[in-house]
Amino acid sequence: MTSQSAERLGLTPSQTIGPFLHIGLMWDDAPDVVPNDTTGAIWLRGHLYDGAGAPISDAMVETWQADPEGAFDHPDDPRSTARSHPFRAFGRCATGPDGEWAIHTLKPGSVPASNGATQAPHVDVSVFARGLLDRVVTRLYFDDEAEANASDPVLSTVPEHRRGTLTATRVEDGYRLDIRLQGKDETVFFDL
Amino acid sequence: MNEQNDSQALRLPSYERAAGVHPPLASPAYGSTALRAPQQPLVLLPQNLTEVTGPLLGAERVTAADSDLTRQHEGEAIGQRIIVRGRVLDSDGRAVPDTLVEIWQANAGGRYRHAIDQWPSPLDPNFTGVGRAMTDSEGRYEFTTIKPGAYPWKNHDNAWRPAHIHFSLFGRAFTQRLVTQMYFPDDPLFAHDPIFNSVPEPARPRLVSRFDLATTRPEWALTFVFDLVLRGSAATPFEDPQEDA
Repeated sequence: MTSQSAERLGLTPSQTIGPFLHIGLMWDDAPDVVPNDTTGAIWLRGHLYDGAGAPISDAMVETWQADPEGAFDHPDDPRSTARSHPFRAFGRCATGPDGEWAIHTLKPGSVPASNGATQAPHVDVSVFARGLLDRVVTRLYFDDEAEANASDPVLSTVPEHRRGTLTATRVEDGYRLDIRLQGKDETVFFDL
Repeated sequence: MNEQNDSQALRLPSYERAAGVHPPLASPAYGSTALRAPQQPLVLLPQNLTEVTGPLLGAERVTAADSDLTRQHEGEAIGQRIIVRGRVLDSDGRAVPDTLVEIWQANAGGRYRHAIDQWPSPLDPNFTGVGRAMTDSEGRYEFTTIKPGAYPWKNHDNAWRPAHIHFSLFGRAFTQRLVTQMYFPDDPLFAHDPIFNSVPEPARPRLVSRFDLATTRPEWALTFVFDLVLRGSAATPFEDPQEDA
């Protein structure tokens, strides 16, 4: 075992995003992982609810995902290749008065895990809000990927009766997944 | 053979897991956590490709004018002009270059230019309170702005937030995403603020900027230095399996 040569620096703590996030963080193209005219684009939508079942209208949802081939355009993805089409992989949306968020994107492909397993198509989701002193992180899976979901190495660590909180339902123009911060059917959140 | 190559190809970085740094989500003194903090235990998420990559959003989102919040309108913003500068680093001490820093804040009177902020303090027509900058090759960023004022909120009787600037950072991986608030030295409101005090005590000073005379610009602006430290590499795993026993 070798010791680190330099002294480690203390991490900067998180603080709540607060209720005024919109002035700072809402870009015009924030929810557009892909441009409007992209063939095959889908909407990922859902509502965000608090422990009383009330919609949360002052939150922000961010998404991060692989492209349809399951790849990331990033130096730490060793399979990274140049893309022929614009794909930001990142989406951001403030919730509306009814607590709804919506991200315009392409469905991701399966993603390999470092242990050789294959992860089902998924989207990493961060939720930020007044009353959340740190972001909470969850994942969105797809209900028409039953076979891939059944062998997903992350889903398999989630108690079976709670897996549904991570599975989006196919609708006409994409998929829907509600996120519940608390209460009956509280969404599964991850320690990242 | 192919399999071996594949597994080698997927040797991924690993980021430390923070302990004793971030506020507990359930912090009763901050009333809004009551119905919003999840109550079920978190499930451990192994860091895989989706987690060790992240948005590398860049310069196309930022213009030079975005880092001077005092000059985004026809007239100059009112208040104490300040420079806020620092570095974005990881906990290994490495600079995080070319990363987007987003900030937003109240004006000198403690009022946000936001529809839901209606307390009786005037808006400044020359101040929006929004800035963006990219870090340079050594992780440095710099904003010119107005020192924000304290403002009341309804968390408890006569509650006031200490002056602060909101920061949003991406780093280079989903694991490094951070949203936080920067405070100013010696604020008398620290002792009364449940959001500041939600942070474990030893880590609180990391949220407080430092006044710096050396880079204060004569006849122009006071400088406050605020370095941000994102998650660095996890401890080196044991190389020798025997040591593991």
